[in-house]
Amino acid sequence: MKNIYDVAVIGGGVIGGTILRELSKYQLNCVLLEKGSDVSLGQSRANSGIVHAGFDAMPNTLKAKFNVLGNKMMKDYVKDLGVKYQNNGSLVIAFNEREMQTLEELLERGKKNGVDGLEIIGKAKLNELEPNISKNAIGALWAKTGGIVCPYELTIASIGNAMDNGASLLLDFNVIRADKGDFGFNLYSQAGESVFASVVINCAGLGSGEIAKLLGDESLKIGARKGEYILLDRESGDFASHTIFTTPTEKGKGILISNTVDGNIILGPTAEQILDDNTDTTLDGLNSIINQAKLMSENLPLYNTITSFAGVRAYSSSGDFVIQESCSVSGLINVAGIESPGLTSAPAIAKFVVEEFVAKKFELVKKQNFNGKRIADNWFKNLSIEEKNSVITKDKAYGNIICRCEQVTEGEIVHAIKGNPPARTIDAVKRRTRAGMGRCQSGFCQSRVAEILARELEIDILEVTKSGQGSEILMGRTK
Amino acid sequence: MEKRTITCIECPIGCSITVSFDGANVTNLEGNTCQRGALYAKNEIICPRRVITTTVKTTDGRMMAVKTDRPIKKSQTFEIMQKIRTIITEPKNIGEVVLENVSEDINLVSAQDLDF
Amino acid sequence: MNYDLVIIGGGPAGLAAAVSAFDAGVKNLLIIEREKRLGGILNQCIHNGFGLTRFKESLTGPEYAYRFIKQVKQRNIPVFTDTTVLSLTPEKQITAINSQNGVFTINAKAVILAMGARERAKGALNIPGSRPAGIYSAGTAQKYVNVMGYMPGKEIVILGSGDIGLIMARRMTLEGAKVKAVCEIMPYSSGLKRNIEQCLNDFNIPLYLSHTITKIEGKDRVTGVEISKVDENRLPIAGTEIHFDCDTILFSVGLIPENELTKGAGVLLAPDTKGAVVNENRQTSVQGIFACGNVLHVHDLVDFVSEEAELTGRAVYEYLTNDKTVRDNINVQKGANVSYVIPQMIDKNTKNNVKLFFRVKKEMKNPTVKIVSGGKVVYERKKKSVAPGEMENVILKVDNLKGLEQEIVVRVED
Repeated sequence: MKNIYDVAVIGGGVIGGTILRELSKYQLNCVLLEKGSDVSLGQSRANSGIVHAGFDAMPNTLKAKFNVLGNKMMKDYVKDLGVKYQNNGSLVIAFNEREMQTLEELLERGKKNGVDGLEIIGKAKLNELEPNISKNAIGALWAKTGGIVCPYELTIASIGNAMDNGASLLLDFNVIRADKGDFGFNLYSQAGESVFASVVINCAGLGSGEIAKLLGDESLKIGARKGEYILLDRESGDFASHTIFTTPTEKGKGILISNTVDGNIILGPTAEQILDDNTDTTLDGLNSIINQAKLMSENLPLYNTITSFAGVRAYSSSGDFVIQESCSVSGLINVAGIESPGLTSAPAIAKFVVEEFVAKKFELVKKQNFNGKRIADNWFKNLSIEEKNSVITKDKAYGNIICRCEQVTEGEIVHAIKGNPPARTIDAVKRRTRAGMGRCQSGFCQSRVAEILARELEIDILEVTKSGQGSEILMGRTK
Repeated sequence: MEKRTITCIECPIGCSITVSFDGANVTNLEGNTCQRGALYAKNEIICPRRVITTTVKTTDGRMMAVKTDRPIKKSQTFEIMQKIRTIITEPKNIGEVVLENVSEDINLVSAQDLDF
Repeated sequence: MNYDLVIIGGGPAGLAAAVSAFDAGVKNLLIIEREKRLGGILNQCIHNGFGLTRFKESLTGPEYAYRFIKQVKQRNIPVFTDTTVLSLTPEKQITAINSQNGVFTINAKAVILAMGARERAKGALNIPGSRPAGIYSAGTAQKYVNVMGYMPGKEIVILGSGDIGLIMARRMTLEGAKVKAVCEIMPYSSGLKRNIEQCLNDFNIPLYLSHTITKIEGKDRVTGVEISKVDENRLPIAGTEIHFDCDTILFSVGLIPENELTKGAGVLLAPDTKGAVVNENRQTSVQGIFACGNVLHVHDLVDFVSEEAELTGRAVYEYLTNDKTVRDNINVQKGANVSYVIPQMIDKNTKNNVKLFFRVKKEMKNPTVKIVSGGKVVYERKKKSVAPGEMENVILKVDNLKGLEQEIVVRVED
């Protein structure tokens, strides 16, 4: 039967996505249940996109273990999936001797965690690496293994590759009820659909406490924090070439300034305790980013701001990642409280979950025809002019520029709509192709993307949404 | 005697014109810099008028810009918009009549040649 | 492909430049337009009021464009539509893309940049709140309503009282929407007075000066907005919040010349106009690359765009036939209460009068426009009033320019 699965992964973020991809290597029938209109809409939509070196987490924690492992795996992982990644290195900058002392502690901690390539540098070297950083900084911890990756690109690519290898994706599947039987779980969606799965892997992020409870495990306690960000135009993209942190103090972790794999500069995050999944930006939040960032660099080109946004973080009450089979509900694997460095850890967590827990439930047999390679979402951009022309000859849509700021063609948009996982909304197209992500922020191209979505999905343009039901972009006809 | 100051809309200068009005006739104008402005100010007191520019649907499903060939009574704006809303027309050349006599012998004409 | 002149952009600037260059004698030329049809933004500006200066009548945008497109067609000037220019080099090699030819290159002896401007996006404003559907730039809404025939919303609040915002307030109202407020962060509107009158006052739409949006509400779709009064530093004043229920917010917060290609070609840009630095012929710092229209500086009337483009077209002919590389430039600077002046350089030996275009920083009643060079007053004239929203111009006669040695400064003073 179509809706009977060996494993159901709940939550289409980077954790659910990398686990689904790991599962798709084996002869298992797997499904990913995502409540949203697209994957990667929760924590993996809006975070710093940092591949942490691993000096921050306390030794002997899951955070430390998977951070360092994940950092080492990331380079090959992203290469297979065609995901943009840069080993830009990170810098924790210190403004006084006390902070320099903290850097020594971080260095020691990093060594204990097994981080390579850590070095404390003085002012001269720091100025050489980052000439725009405040001259008040006196030194830095340089982590050469630090990197950057785009969180939603990594998530989309992982899920897409899993789907290419036979895994299923059910969007708009908000699990609201579950029955546990002798052989597994019946999971029911808000829309009245149901699936059966022998094993459930709970990667529901902010909702993972709720999901565990639905399945009979009341022990998982998840809290939420919000992080606000400001993004600068690519025109200012060369302002920083590393991820630059301030030294953590008792007041908090501070913010970071980093280049991104798409060539922008990102500033943030704040860390505010929240009670729901509210991702509003606030005047105080944005001001606090601006004020802190100005201390790190006096001549920050804030006039080149193109957008500001906020993301959520789910954390567990234990302070560490929760990665274990539920003590009370057999067959339920909780992968929860995956806050920073969760993005870095994801490939390592996925491998561990499958090899440690799923392997106990099923005899894992590798698929002969598993293909871990995925065509990059930006494959067309990377072609030579000759190659592009041969594509355009076959498909004229690749000669038609829709988003002028990011130079995205109609062909790339259609590819995103038809590909795995399918883009069905304006924002989903944006995350895959960057159409609307540039300096005009979709002013010119939104109407054309909407027309293409309507055409390809065979729906009325009035049904096209920004990001799922309720976010329709138009409200009627003039006549 | 009533005095009103109005902003002329005839050109981008937007002169501020003070109109003196005795109940039936305009008795004095101050602030206009041209004759069009004078005429506008008088009309604005007695019977304000506006050109309507909007779109109509064409038989092939496109939107074609149209305008009234002369200003209509401002008070009739929404009534005339309602009338225009129901029109479906063949695409027309600029200036061709789309609907005769939308009001007071004023015609609705095409303001866009969609296939040019 | 080789052309004497390639014009990038088939909007009002590109069209007028093409016709005037052709008529001056440049016969081997090409217009490249990214949209399906010529006319640029005029195609969606269906309101009237265009052409009063040039044609002495009030035309709609499509009608104004039509008059120029007709002239281009009558001259059989070649046009590539649906074609996007990807890059331009200082050597004037253009790389472009379209469905028919794929990615291809064109070599030009001269290039006119006529790409126009784009709207400043909401994202640049750091407005707190959520990012739901229902937030549009006024121009995007204009395209939906006028070209595509769709309503982006029913209950609307508009931020920014520039002309596009005002025009859209009326347009949405005529199509049955309720425009609840237009707010403007400055103490004055940057739109034309006539548009305040006929777009807002005609429909009793309130204009909140010195107000800005301080919160956007709604998770999936906009459900409301909070506006606040701002102080003289344009910072919101606590306690002055006003809430509106609405499903749509339109932003009309200014235009930015679209100079990405210009930068790639190594052309020097001016921080005040965000367009190229040009001489009186609208030639940029790169020989043979010219710029006109909104890509050079944001105009408030298309009539002046056409005029500037025609000047540029003729200048390109001069450039191609009589390449005078030795110029004796004198700089033009902005003085008191002037935010920018175009052109920024004038050849002292120019054979034509030079029209200077400038904007003021703040409103003034009965000011004097003074143009000085060294100690010498070259021009002086009283004006009734000046405002930032309205571009001013002054003609410098050839005779006035003769013998000037020091930079020319434009001042507007009491």
